[in-house]
Parts: sequence; structure tokens; C-alpha cells
Amino acid sequence: MKDILEKQAETTTKEIKKTISCCSSSGRRSEPIFTLSGKTDYVIKSTSGEITPVNRLDHLMARLGVKREQHRVEPGLYTMGNPKKDSPVFVSANYTLSFDALRSALKSIDCYILVLDTKGVNVWCAAGKGAFGTNEIVHRIESVGLKDVVNHRILIVPQLGATGVDARQVRDRSGFKVEFGPVRAADLPEYLKTHRATPEMRSVRFTLYDRIVLIPVEMKNFLIPLLIASVILALVGSYTAAAAVISAAFSGLVLFPILLPWIPTTDFSTKGFLMGGLAAVIFALDSFYSMTNENLWLRFGWALAYMLVMPQISAFLALNFTGSTTFASVTGVKREIFTYMPIMAWVSGIGIILIIVLSSVKIIGGI
Amino acid sequence: MFNSYVSNTLEYDPELCINCGMCSTVCPHRVFSPDGKKAQLVNPKACMECGACQLNCPTKAIKVDNGVGCASAMMLAAVKGKKEVTCGCDSSC
Ligand code: SF4
Ligand code: SF4
Repeated sequence: MKDILEKQAETTTKEIKKTISCCSSSGRRSEPIFTLSGKTDYVIKSTSGEITPVNRLDHLMARLGVKREQHRVEPGLYTMGNPKKDSPVFVSANYTLSFDALRSALKSIDCYILVLDTKGVNVWCAAGKGAFGTNEIVHRIESVGLKDVVNHRILIVPQLGATGVDARQVRDRSGFKVEFGPVRAADLPEYLKTHRATPEMRSVRFTLYDRIVLIPVEMKNFLIPLLIASVILALVGSYTAAAAVISAAFSGLVLFPILLPWIPTTDFSTKGFLMGGLAAVIFALDSFYSMTNENLWLRFGWALAYMLVMPQISAFLALNFTGSTTFASVTGVKREIFTYMPIMAWVSGIGIILIIVLSSVKIIGGI
Repeated sequence: MFNSYVSNTLEYDPELCINCGMCSTVCPHRVFSPDGKKAQLVNPKACMECGACQLNCPTKAIKVDNGVGCASAMMLAAVKGKKEVTCGCDSSC
């Protein structure tokens, strides 16, 4: 596997060294290599718009949350095709999904790509943290000697980078004018015709596809605690209860993101609550009607326990989805936490006590 | 009561606006709309408090408490007793 990756790296990113007789070095980082002649060698790597099977495998792993830290591209300046001095410069993050989306969108365009060091995080998230930001752009422009590579002073930055990039400061400090391009790299060819983005190109979406690809990572985050909970429940004697935990998790982690826009409430917690509630009704009815040889109170108790606990689990999972969405504001999320978390904690607490009581009744031998 | 997203911290002072159009350019939710004389605040409820408009407005006509709207990050910060909430979600969000 590693060999294939290395070979890939060799073939797709051949390093071209350019000798440029300028020295605007600031003594930072190691990209400029000083040669004996006093000239500075800037390393420019080349890449292509081709997305290989190895790239696709990497994307899949990134989506699945496998080796999260390792989906990185080396920061620096890349060429695509045969760019000339007046070819456009696009800015990207060093996360493979971001970089590859840009590469494949620019397939037929001769250009430069300036990859910032965002620690392997996508543009938007990194911009929120400031890693995709003014300082890093200014530093990267200097460290790759961009002023000598191109004869214009324009950078095309993805719009979602604007959270971290102050366009005026970049211009004042580096001389480069920031042009905020469209939100999605796929719209770039269209954008380049006029250098104007339509309102559509300027808006983030959160499509069914966007939501579905988030499911694996969300699942991975909660997998272990949920498995532990269901194993414990199965061990103390109720397979149905174990299945209920898994169903509640399924409602919160799968049904909720898929049905998000169509669930008729606005808050994440209440949406998750409704999804978990649907599953809970099934389990409540089942335990009420299938445990016919048990005491009526016991049947009622179990039904109630499902109704109490399951919606809280999916509501909690749904609330945790806020960070992955493209529209939840801090104020709103805070308000949700303060409004619903105490309710979730209390109600599920009561439910869990009820389950413990019901299970011990069963173990002791019933009423 | 069941809509936590009706209000947020976005504030806009049209008096200061010089109509540069930057806010309409950077906002991913079309909260601002360009107009003949001044930027118009057309859909404040859609603001997700990303802060892009505030950072790029040349006259400080826009104010917003920007941050990461991520419940897991906030709860984690609360549990660890940290004031500052940073998105700990790496590449997933
Ligand atoms: S960025 Fe500021 S000055 Fe420019 S249009 Fe928007 S509010 Fe007005
Ligand atoms: S903070 Fe972000 S979402 Fe809100 S108005 Fe400004 S740019 Fe738009």
C-alpha cells in the first residue's frame, strides 16, 4: 500500500526547481534554499487535475474518519498544466479533499495552486480557527516567492476562507489582491468566465449527499459508548433493550441527518427527539404486546422506559450534529444546550433508574 | 420556545456602510444583499455567526460574536472548564 502511495507521489508531483534571482526572504521556514550563487531556489511542485484510484481511496478513508490526521498535501506552490506568468493563482487548504476538489475542477486550466498549511483541515473549518487565514497567506506568498513567479497580483481564494482571511490586510501586507471565488470549486470554470459569482454560487448548501457523507464520521464518534451500553443491556438480560439502544442511535445518527430538512421542527434536539420517539413507539408497543405472560405493570414499565430513554439518546446525537452542519449559529446551539440538555439528562436518568428497577425485579423473580 | 435560532448576535449599522459590497460577497447565507446605496440586511435569521462579514467590512459596520456552532465542542469545553471553544473536529466538519 505504502509503495503504491509513494510511487503515486513521485509521478503526480514531480518537483521542478526554479532558480529565481530574488531574495525577499524573511528567514522563516525552510522553503527557500540558498545556493552558493546567492540566488534563491524556490521549490514549485507540479500536479494535475487527474483524480487517481489512490486519491479516491484516500477520499473514502477521509470520509470514514480513518487516519484523520493523514489526509494532507504538502503546503507550497503547485503548477497545473503549463502556467505562464499571467496565469491565475488559486488558494487551497492542505487537506486532500479540498485540494483534490480544486484540482479536478481546474482540470483544463493552466494555473498555480497555493496550498496553505491548515494542518490537514478543510478550508471552512480551518478558516474558523484562523489556520486558513491572513497570516498564513501572507507567509506562504513570501515563502514560495510568488511575486517572482507571476507578474500579476491577484489571488483567487475560496469564499468560505473569508472567515479567516481579511482581504484588505492581505493586500496591505503582501501586495496581493484577494478575490473571493465561489463556495464550491466545481463552480470555478463558470466563475472564471466573468469573475462574478451568482448568488447561487455564493451560498452554501447542505444537500442529501452532503448529509449522508457525514454519517460515518458521526457514527465513529459514538460507536464505542453505544456498543458498551448495548452489551451491558444484553448481559443483564434484555436483548430487546440492547436493540433499543441501537435503534435510538440509528434514529439519531442515520435517520435524523437524512430527513433533517423535512422533520417539522427547527431545533436539532427536537428533530432528534421526534426521530427517537418514532423508534420508541415501536419498542413500547412491542414490549407491551409481546410480554403477554408478564405482569401488566412490568409490561407498562418497560414500554414507559423505552419512551423515556430512546428519544433522549437520538436528541443528544442530533444536537451533536450541529458542528457538522453548514448553518447552526453559536448563539442558537448554546440556547439549545441550555434548553434541552437538562431535560435530556433528567428524563433519561429517570428512564435508566426505571430500567434498573425493572431488571432487578426480573432477576429477583418478579412480583 | 422551540426555535433556538430566531435571534443571534449579528448587528449592522447602515450609517457606517460605504457600500463596498464585501459583506454580500463573503456571506454564505445571503444575509446581506447589495443595494444602490447601502448593503441591506435581508435575512438576519439565516446568519450562522461565521464572522466573515465582520472581518472583511472596511468600516466596522457589522458586529457579530463569531464562533464555532458545534455542540460537541461546546460541551467538551464546558466539561474541561475551558473558556474558549475551538472546533476539535479536525477534518470532519
Ligand atoms: S462590508 Fe461593510 S461597508 Fe461594505 S457593503 Fe457591507 S456593511 Fe457596507
Ligand atoms: S456572520 Fe457569516 S453568516 Fe452571518 S452575516 Fe456575516 S458572513 Fe453571513
